[in-house]
Amino acid sequence: MIEQFFPNVNWDTMFEATYETVYMTAISVAITAVLGILLGLLLFLTSKGNIWENRGVYAITSVLVNIFRSIPFIILIVLLIPFTRFLLDTIRGANAALPALIIGAAPFYARMVEIALREIDKGVIEAARSMGASMTTIIFKVLLAESKPALVSGITVTAIALVGYTAMAGVIGAGGLGNLAFLDGFQRSRDDVTLAATIIILLIVFVIQFIGDFFTNRLDKR
Amino acid sequence: MITISNAKKLFKTKNGSLTAVDDVSLTIKEGEIFGVIGYSGAGKSTLIRMLNGLELPTSGTVDVNGKVISGISSGELRKARQKISMIFQHFNLLWSRTVRENISFPLEIAGVRKNTREKKVEELIKLVGLDGRGDAYPSQLSGGQKQRVGIARALANDPEVLLCDEATSALDPQTTDSILELLVDINKRLGLTIVLITHEMHVIRKICHRVAVMEEGRVVELGNVLDIFKQPKEPITKRFVQQVTEPEETKETIEHLLNDYEDGLVVKLAFVGESAEQPLITTLIRSFNINVNILQGKISHTQNGAYGTLFLHLRGDVPEVKQAVEYLEKASVGVEVITND
Repeated sequence: MIEQFFPNVNWDTMFEATYETVYMTAISVAITAVLGILLGLLLFLTSKGNIWENRGVYAITSVLVNIFRSIPFIILIVLLIPFTRFLLDTIRGANAALPALIIGAAPFYARMVEIALREIDKGVIEAARSMGASMTTIIFKVLLAESKPALVSGITVTAIALVGYTAMAGVIGAGGLGNLAFLDGFQRSRDDVTLAATIIILLIVFVIQFIGDFFTNRLDKR
Repeated sequence: MITISNAKKLFKTKNGSLTAVDDVSLTIKEGEIFGVIGYSGAGKSTLIRMLNGLELPTSGTVDVNGKVISGISSGELRKARQKISMIFQHFNLLWSRTVRENISFPLEIAGVRKNTREKKVEELIKLVGLDGRGDAYPSQLSGGQKQRVGIARALANDPEVLLCDEATSALDPQTTDSILELLVDINKRLGLTIVLITHEMHVIRKICHRVAVMEEGRVVELGNVLDIFKQPKEPITKRFVQQVTEPEETKETIEHLLNDYEDGLVVKLAFVGESAEQPLITTLIRSFNINVNILQGKISHTQNGAYGTLFLHLRGDVPEVKQAVEYLEKASVGVEVITND
């Protein structure tokens, strides 16, 4: 029956493209999470009234984050071609999409991290300081621990955005479902290929959302 | 135990600088419950934060248990803070941790080993009366229970000083009393020095030995709680004392009486300590040919003894009433004749 609805779909190619999309998403989400949390912490801690208050550092970080967050992703990919070539010696394949994916998503997530950290009651940070907590303890056991649900729901939203980015990255030759839908589906007018790729992308998004919601709810003890 | 010398704190604001604490000098003795009372913005919050270095004085020194809090390195300060605990108005618990994990937090900071930590936490849960709630999250607790967790957490590293930042201001009167009793109990059992700030005279009356009254960054009055109740000097102190001794309606009742009765005198008697237990009224009625009408009376207990106020309306011949007042003055009670003005 599947053959009937999707006559032109080569399931081996479809499977390979799915794998590439999942691969690009997973790696970029992992690196984005780390970079985003670091940048978010830097933004939070150097902002006004916080422990490392520093107007200069905050302003520079903030401007950079805003710039990379504002550039439309499709343009960012093109702009980053020299950088990617320098880094990986190629601009084709799933790995070549990673720098653009991460640079596009990390600032986006950094802002969400900053907002999540701002939600923490200042009194709790003060309490930790009053107990003699070091900066490391405050970061890991107070800031990150207390904002866990927001950090997880933030990375869920970011991961879903990244699935969309991978599809765009496909257009410039990164592979994956976006690439397949565009080249095999759109350009050859095989609507069933486009449809199948879309359905798989939707499934990936649903799974990410489900996992994200599950952990957010479990972590939230408020 | 604690010595604050000429401490001053300036905050820079958009409209110039603001003096939160203005040349305060204080000495707090070991094992004492010391209260600081003032309205919001009086600088008491800044003052108490100088004791654990959350705020550093712009000038002057703060010495707690032989350590100059205002001048040590940040590493030493963190170490010192483990022995100067603090509890807060809004409890400031980590909501992602259970009661047990919250109490364990300061022990983790101090680098205490896991076994020792678990034992200590169980002891503390018992001490503050939270048996069976160890695995609850703060969101599942009432305000009073949250503050008990706060107190247990503050006691985890066997501190020498406990700072209470409006610790009962967010609680209902009944819970306030139970938390205050817990603090007195801890003070007696562990010999802990307690410094608390509040805007409620009730709290001072109930548990403090000495009190400092703050206004606009300065300590305007300082002394034994009982003495302050007996003879408040500054107008602001009088207002705070009235919070406890004179309910709102007293004033109205007296005004009403002064208008209705032209004759006689309305007097306010203040009893302190033993004089509160003398059969004063009996003697008064037996010795003088006057009518005594009791308008309102109240006895409050402080940590240094009892303190009472009694409003009487004395009627009779003018010389007789005058003699009665003289008798009262001799009987070592504070007498104040209230007139209509």
